[in-house]
Amino acid sequence: MAEEKLPAGEAAAGGMPQFDFSTFASQITWLIITFGILYFILATMILPKIGNTISNRHNRIADDLDTASRMQREAEEAEVAYERVLADAKAKAHNVAESTRASINEEIEREITAADAEAAAQALKSEAKIADVRREALSNIDAIARDAASDIVKKFIGKAPTAAQLKKILGG
Amino acid sequence: MASNPMDQFKVEPIFQGPKIGPFDLTFTNASLWMVITAAAVILFMGMTMRGKLIPGRLQSMGELSYEFIADMLKETTGPEAVKWFPYVFTIFFFILFANLIGMNPYAFTTTSHIAVTAALAVFTILAVIVAGIWKNGLKWFKIFAPAGLPIIMYPIIIPIEIISFLSRPVTLAVRLFANMTAGHVMLKLFAIFIAYLVGKGAVTGVAAIVPILGTVGIVALEFLVAALQAFVFAILTCVYLNDVYHVDHH
Repeated sequence: MAEEKLPAGEAAAGGMPQFDFSTFASQITWLIITFGILYFILATMILPKIGNTISNRHNRIADDLDTASRMQREAEEAEVAYERVLADAKAKAHNVAESTRASINEEIEREITAADAEAAAQALKSEAKIADVRREALSNIDAIARDAASDIVKKFIGKAPTAAQLKKILGG
Repeated sequence: MASNPMDQFKVEPIFQGPKIGPFDLTFTNASLWMVITAAAVILFMGMTMRGKLIPGRLQSMGELSYEFIADMLKETTGPEAVKWFPYVFTIFFFILFANLIGMNPYAFTTTSHIAVTAALAVFTILAVIVAGIWKNGLKWFKIFAPAGLPIIMYPIIIPIEIISFLSRPVTLAVRLFANMTAGHVMLKLFAIFIAYLVGKGAVTGVAAIVPILGTVGIVALEFLVAALQAFVFAILTCVYLNDVYHVDHH
């Protein structure tokens, strides 16, 4: 049935079915139908959906990048704050150590001074005692010498000199 | 044996349909393969629109197609032409799928017919004219009179511009039709030559290796042409749509 409809046009076209004009109306009609339906389905259903998906993903990625950069900024701020606190603490610790050392030094100084003063006082007292002892000792020497002289004289002459005589002799 | 390389282009009615005015609803093998082409595009794109945040392979293909055409339109015509996106997308995928489906044995290549390619070209050029006048009014006709020329040049330039504008649909239609037809004729000729050599006897049968290799090469070439011609048609559509938006820069 195909052959009986088309041969006239085909012969006229010199063997090229593309130039068989009797088929043009049908081809163009069906092209309009199929192309139109395809356009309608793509334009109203499929492409908007795909476009939405893509833009959603872009938004999501942009959001995530924003969040990431915000978090990084916060982390950097936290690090700066931490550094500052650490530096403060270090400075404080240094101060404490310094002041402690100063106060200890001061105390040592004071103790030494006190000890020196006490030692000096003790020395003074001791010197006075020594002087006393020496004086006493020296004053005793006269009496001992007199006794010894009296004894010596007694040995020689058999009679002890009187105190006045001794005194006269010894010049005491 | 179908020994006429033109037989593959024959349009044969499957059932007769009514004629309504200039339209003829007779359903032919060409109509059948147009329906298959449109259905294949819908199936392909429908399978790829899963809308997941992290796309699978199939969804990636759909999104790559989407972004490929969107970028082409944006770079060639400009961001204001975004409402033409579905049209350019449909043009590209209809032609691409028609060309690729036509590469299958026993399939009918709808785009190898001048009626179809001319109709597609007319869609594009009518769209440019209608949208151009709709948007710019009569100022749209300034595209035929490039700015900055001395008055004396206009009698020469304006006819040239008009002829160049009118030749656009012709070149669009003939380029696609001729490429597809020539490729399919060449394939058929090589195939017929193989059958002829093998049928002639053992010695020439061995020589058939030459057209066999030729056929393989042409098949590869034709796949390239199929994709390339769809791309050319779509990008020229974008270029012509420029005239809707950039009347003064013509």
